Amino acid sequence: MEKTIKKSSLSISANGIEKKTSSKRLEVLKTYKIYIGGQFPRTESGRYYIVRNAAGTQLANVCLSSRKDFRDAVLAARGALSGWSGKAAFNRGQILYRMAEMLEGRKAQFIEELMQQDSTKAKAEKEVNLAIDRLIYYAGWCDKFQQLFSSVNPVATSHFNFSVPEPTGVVSIIAPQADSLLGLVSVIAPVIIGGNTCVVLASELKPLCAVTFAEVINSSDMPGGVINILTGKPGELASWFVDHMDVNATIYCESNSDIQKMMREKSAINVKRIVFYDKVKWNTNEGQSPYFIMDTQEIKTTWHPIENIAGSGAGY
Amino acid sequence: MKRSESLFAIPDFSLSPRIDQVGAEERASRFTKRSIKKESKLNGLKLVLNMIDLTTLEGKDTEGKVRQLCYKAMHPHDAVPGIPTVAAICVYPSMVKVAKKTLGDSGIKVASVVTAFPSGQAPRDVKIRDTKFAVNEGADEVDMVISRGKFHAGDYNFVFDEIAAIKEACGDARLKVILETGELGTFDKVRRASDIAMQAGADFIKTSTGKIQPAATMPVTLVMLEAIRDFYYKTGRMVGMKPAGGISKSKLALHYLVMVKEVLGEDWLNNHWFRFGASSLANDVLMQIVKEKTGVYQAANYFSVD
Repeated sequence: MEKTIKKSSLSISANGIEKKTSSKRLEVLKTYKIYIGGQFPRTESGRYYIVRNAAGTQLANVCLSSRKDFRDAVLAARGALSGWSGKAAFNRGQILYRMAEMLEGRKAQFIEELMQQDSTKAKAEKEVNLAIDRLIYYAGWCDKFQQLFSSVNPVATSHFNFSVPEPTGVVSIIAPQADSLLGLVSVIAPVIIGGNTCVVLASELKPLCAVTFAEVINSSDMPGGVINILTGKPGELASWFVDHMDVNATIYCESNSDIQKMMREKSAINVKRIVFYDKVKWNTNEGQSPYFIMDTQEIKTTWHPIENIAGSGAGY
Repeated sequence: MKRSESLFAIPDFSLSPRIDQVGAEERASRFTKRSIKKESKLNGLKLVLNMIDLTTLEGKDTEGKVRQLCYKAMHPHDAVPGIPTVAAICVYPSMVKVAKKTLGDSGIKVASVVTAFPSGQAPRDVKIRDTKFAVNEGADEVDMVISRGKFHAGDYNFVFDEIAAIKEACGDARLKVILETGELGTFDKVRRASDIAMQAGADFIKTSTGKIQPAATMPVTLVMLEAIRDFYYKTGRMVGMKPAGGISKSKLALHYLVMVKEVLGEDWLNNHWFRFGASSLANDVLMQIVKEKTGVYQAANYFSVD
């Protein structure tokens, strides 16, 4: 008996006396929930779907989000927009850098999850490393892309005329299906560093990393509501992602031509931006560029009246 | 006992029924479980909009702000045909004239808060003059506050006499009596204050000024609705109800309608007997109506500022 004590636990027998029984410990499994407004609720619909790997082993029960979860997420994203876009660009970069730090610290967990979802160890390690590097890459761009894409424009009148990029607002994103972590990070990062907030639908068949990534976000000083992550079926949610009047842009990362056509049509309702990333190879250098940031920016041009500088001899 | 006599037989208000707080909260939470969809939801939303007292009660109110609010009351969202107007505009006495003029013959009522709103800490003759001023300016309805201090001190006769005096000063205007439930503390006191107000001649009882938290909640409204029901059974006289403050979402407003229907019945389900005191509720209701009609979730920046 002495030897089994480590594995034993106390239980109470029928006559109320504690007795020692030896039993295998039950593993505590993670409930994969969605991420809305800095909280981890279950879907309001109460629905779920089963995620399996290629061998058919059940990995998890995952929330099958409904349009109402999306509605709630947009509400959270809209609420977070003014605070997030009002932060100094440098500060947004710091927060993104912090996300990279957190991701680095939990590398092992992401590698394990990717391997559960049919990746090899080498591939999984590479994907996680690339995801971390990509966050650092965009953290650096955060306070630099404005200079690059702004301009002072020559005009015929006595105006100081300049154009600057500004965030478009709330962006709904249907993330890439294949690169479940790297793809997710690569579409979220350029959107939020420009001051937008977003609602993301994670990869349908490989959603585990997305939910774990939400835990990284949640411990990175990222204000609640800036990034909201749902799990579910693109076929069911795509039309809601694109026809919500309070969404300013939609990003779609697959090549389903029916969905693309539907998105083009429905986006007209409030002339929102539609961006398709269906041919991008996220695991190459092609997957990162400041031009991804500009896809969800609006250019604001200001005409500022001035005196005729040359004529008046003003001193600057 | 005949009806006319019962109004004059003033009961001992300290004997008002005690309220089971846990029971009231539990009962109120049940009303939120009803499912209202599609056609009935659309009709419910329209009814809610038609019951709103669109309110602006701020020190910074200007005539321009009141005119803008009146326009919104008459034209909540012209882009969609068949949308009803709100029930009334609720303003301070100094703004009654401009509101009345702007609303013209639209049928929308003008309500004015009186009696040194929101504190009610003024002598009675000042309160009566305040009331008469509002009525003379053209107010169709007046919202008075009770003297909560006197009520807490147990001076129920003072509170009763004051309400009766204001009722007399109202003339033809309908009187809403604000209990300010957030300052009363317990459901027992809410029930007692409701009984006093109705017995003293209130046409409506109203939860809150909107200046104190908590404002209207479902349990406190339930207690007041039950007081109205008991008063109706006793005297045969209908009294209206107006929850005010804190109701800004359509879904919550629909829960209130369910509660009114199940406690008082359909006779109360119109804006003559039930009102919402609110400002931001109107836009949310409009957004839900458009959502129901178009199937597309709406954004606030496509609706007028409230």
